[in-house]
Amino acid sequence: MLEDKKQTFLANFVAKTADKDSSLAKQEALKALENLEFPTTREEYWKYTRVGKITNANYSQSPSFNVSDISRYLVEGLEAYIVVFVNGFFSEELSDISKAKGITICPIAKARKEYVDQFEQYFGGLSKHESQFFSAVNTVYNTNGVYLNIQKNSLVDKPIHMINLTDAENAAYNPRNLFVVEENAEVTIINSYETVSGSSFTNSTTEIYVKEGANVDSYILQNQSETSNQVNEIDVVQKANSTYTANTVTLNGGLVRNNYNIEVKGQGCETNLYGLYLTSGNQHIDNHTIVDHIEPNCESNEVYIGVMDDASTAVFNGKVFVRSEAQKTNAYQQNKNMLLTDNASAYSKPELEIYADDVKCSHGSTTGQVDEEAIFYLQTRGVSEVSARKMMIRAFANEILDNIKIDALRDILESKIDERFS
Amino acid sequence: MGKYTEEQLEKELETQEYKYGFVTDIETEKAPIGLSEDIIRLISSKKNEPNWLLEYRLKAYNAWLTMKEPEWAHVNYPKVNFQDIYYYAAPKPKKQLSSLDEVDSELLEMYDKLGISIDEQKKLSNVAVDIVMDSVSVKTTFQDTLAKLGIIFGSFSDAVQNHPELVKKYMGTIVPYTDNYYAALNAAVFTDGSFCYIPKGVKCPMELSTYFRINEAQTGQFERTLVVADQGSYVSYLEGCTAPMRDENQLHAAVVELIALDDAEIKYSTVQNWYPGDKEGKGGIYNFVTKRGLCEKNAKISWTQVETGSAVTWKYPSCILKGDNSVGEFYSVAVTNNFQQADTGTKMLHLGKNTKSTIISKGVSAGGSQNSYRGLVKINKNATNARNFSQCDSLLMGNKCGAHTFPYIEVDNKSAKVEHEATTSKIGEDQIFYCNQRGIDTESAIKLIVNGYAKDVLNKLPMEFAVEAQKLLAISLEGSVG
Repeated sequence: MLEDKKQTFLANFVAKTADKDSSLAKQEALKALENLEFPTTREEYWKYTRVGKITNANYSQSPSFNVSDISRYLVEGLEAYIVVFVNGFFSEELSDISKAKGITICPIAKARKEYVDQFEQYFGGLSKHESQFFSAVNTVYNTNGVYLNIQKNSLVDKPIHMINLTDAENAAYNPRNLFVVEENAEVTIINSYETVSGSSFTNSTTEIYVKEGANVDSYILQNQSETSNQVNEIDVVQKANSTYTANTVTLNGGLVRNNYNIEVKGQGCETNLYGLYLTSGNQHIDNHTIVDHIEPNCESNEVYIGVMDDASTAVFNGKVFVRSEAQKTNAYQQNKNMLLTDNASAYSKPELEIYADDVKCSHGSTTGQVDEEAIFYLQTRGVSEVSARKMMIRAFANEILDNIKIDALRDILESKIDERFS
Repeated sequence: MGKYTEEQLEKELETQEYKYGFVTDIETEKAPIGLSEDIIRLISSKKNEPNWLLEYRLKAYNAWLTMKEPEWAHVNYPKVNFQDIYYYAAPKPKKQLSSLDEVDSELLEMYDKLGISIDEQKKLSNVAVDIVMDSVSVKTTFQDTLAKLGIIFGSFSDAVQNHPELVKKYMGTIVPYTDNYYAALNAAVFTDGSFCYIPKGVKCPMELSTYFRINEAQTGQFERTLVVADQGSYVSYLEGCTAPMRDENQLHAAVVELIALDDAEIKYSTVQNWYPGDKEGKGGIYNFVTKRGLCEKNAKISWTQVETGSAVTWKYPSCILKGDNSVGEFYSVAVTNNFQQADTGTKMLHLGKNTKSTIISKGVSAGGSQNSYRGLVKINKNATNARNFSQCDSLLMGNKCGAHTFPYIEVDNKSAKVEHEATTSKIGEDQIFYCNQRGIDTESAIKLIVNGYAKDVLNKLPMEFAVEAQKLLAISLEGSVG
């Protein structure tokens, strides 16, 4: 019976994979899918997250879309290359990538035909399609996504903003991105997920190759409807002296699961993972991160902050590996949760697995509520209770927002957060 | 230094490897090898047990048959063949003894080697010792003094005979036989252990203590300890162990249940120094223990453990903070060397209001060992104003070993305040340099620094144990400098 359920679920996707993909990864994923089942809470990796919401739904298959105005999904005041996908399909008319210099950017379906060598070399090299169900589904049934190649020594002049929209009822799609950032190149990438209307299931997988000395600053903004669910896997490999920074901001969504898998495969690397999640209603936001230090002399910082309202749930699971060769590693990991109601829950699991001795690693996790004494103090200074609470929550969230290097983006997020708690 | 030859050093190291490794030759009565319902019936009848206990054992056995060995822990070891173990071994019953003189001289010698001469213990340390040797309690001291206060302290089998109502009422209420694989196994085949009952309002005047010892080769040791502190009472309980050197892995699956009724306090301290296996990782004890305590209103349970022995340790002393204002504490030092593996930590389940818990865990890994902290802090939805503080530090010596931290923090109540912090690093070279500069050699410096690092926990131990524990830390880390 379980087998039937799996087949029914997979049948949601078959019709959409029009592109011919004969990659090895796809073959591997197809094979893996024969044995992989829906993840259950009996698995440690999915301990706090039930995927029934995703796997029990019936998805419609309507690739058509009616979005014509995307202005409200842009970052106001930010000049960027825009790539738009609606219901998983690339929209050439809504996108603006024509004048991009030093970079190759195109839908992944096109890259599969035009950049055969690179595609063969990189596609599926990092994704966990052999062990993770959703990753395998994405690898087999991916609809479209972005192929990005930043040439050696080039600094991309504007951020690249990928906008993923859905406007259908029960839309399910598998965006697949492949980013290759060559030696000493620098790029800023924004990936936003929004719902125009209806509900959706987004099963996204992104592979990012960060070559020697490259610098990638990436942002993921999740702001989908409460009936929309998302599984988002980001697989990164870093070469020597590179920097990779990820900011993940989850403002809305039904069930959201983010999986970061970062392999630090070179000396002198810096890895920064910052996350902010604000949950309300019955939302369930789950952030899983793995930072694997394989080579010596690297540093990683990780801070995840969450505010949980109503009957929502947040899960954080951070894992830092320090392999025996990775001496002189500094790894920091922190998770802070603020609960606003007694019906909200926070599950935190910061883990360290360390096999080298000359390291400095630490982690911390706190869970609490708004400090009532601080609220009282502010009230004695003439600040209303409502404003005081807003101020405290903003201050709490600012630890993440302060890391955002794009001013326009930070402003927007700040105002969205203020709006939410006023 | 000139006279000290390499040969001498070699000899010293050989003899020092495991100071307490020896086998005492005492006639042992054994049940046939393996496990079956018949063996359980045999154990039960040997121990002259009431019918309800036999039924309990059989239920546990049947539950065990349906269970699977847990594999989630960060340890790796050849599986135990449960049919290759003697489940019952007892020194042949000898005539009733009334004084120490009548105790088997071989036994006395063994305690001397361990440095726990009963004589000395009696006179100097004011400790009542219930010595368990291969599953059967041999000698109990100070019983009279305790009896005057109404304290019941003795072997589990005595308690079954003399206080069946208490045993029946509390046994298996904290760790039911369905709890886990090893708890089920223990419930089915436990041979003996300790039982302690402190009546209402009584403060136990001395530290109660049990020494465990695994002696007979291939004997799995399955103790069961039950400590009940009635309302407003206090008891401090010590448990310490050493085991002789053996090549084959020995299984130890104990169950400890603590019950602290309203306003009661239980302090439970353990020094564990079982045979950790040799330098190649051969042999050693498998220590799969289930320890759990229940706190009623205003009660307090405090676990302190110094873990230096065993090849594989799998142990999570836990507190169920059921009553309002109850307090749970866990202080642990775990040292692993050579090929030892430890996966240890605690669970703090906050159910009542204003409950508090503190976790201090200090891990030291050396050689090729793996040392993990695994802990759960759960704040239940109704546990208003719960408070937890956890600190888990790891110290690494060399790049062949591993130190891991797996904390689980689950909070379902907004008024909770939960803090967890952990650090992992090695001993600072500047600290060692400073010691060297003051004329302290590196090996001593490391002992000094490790003892200082573990001080927060060692301080929680009763005095007699603290001394022993410090020595143990030093012995465990011998030869780990390099």
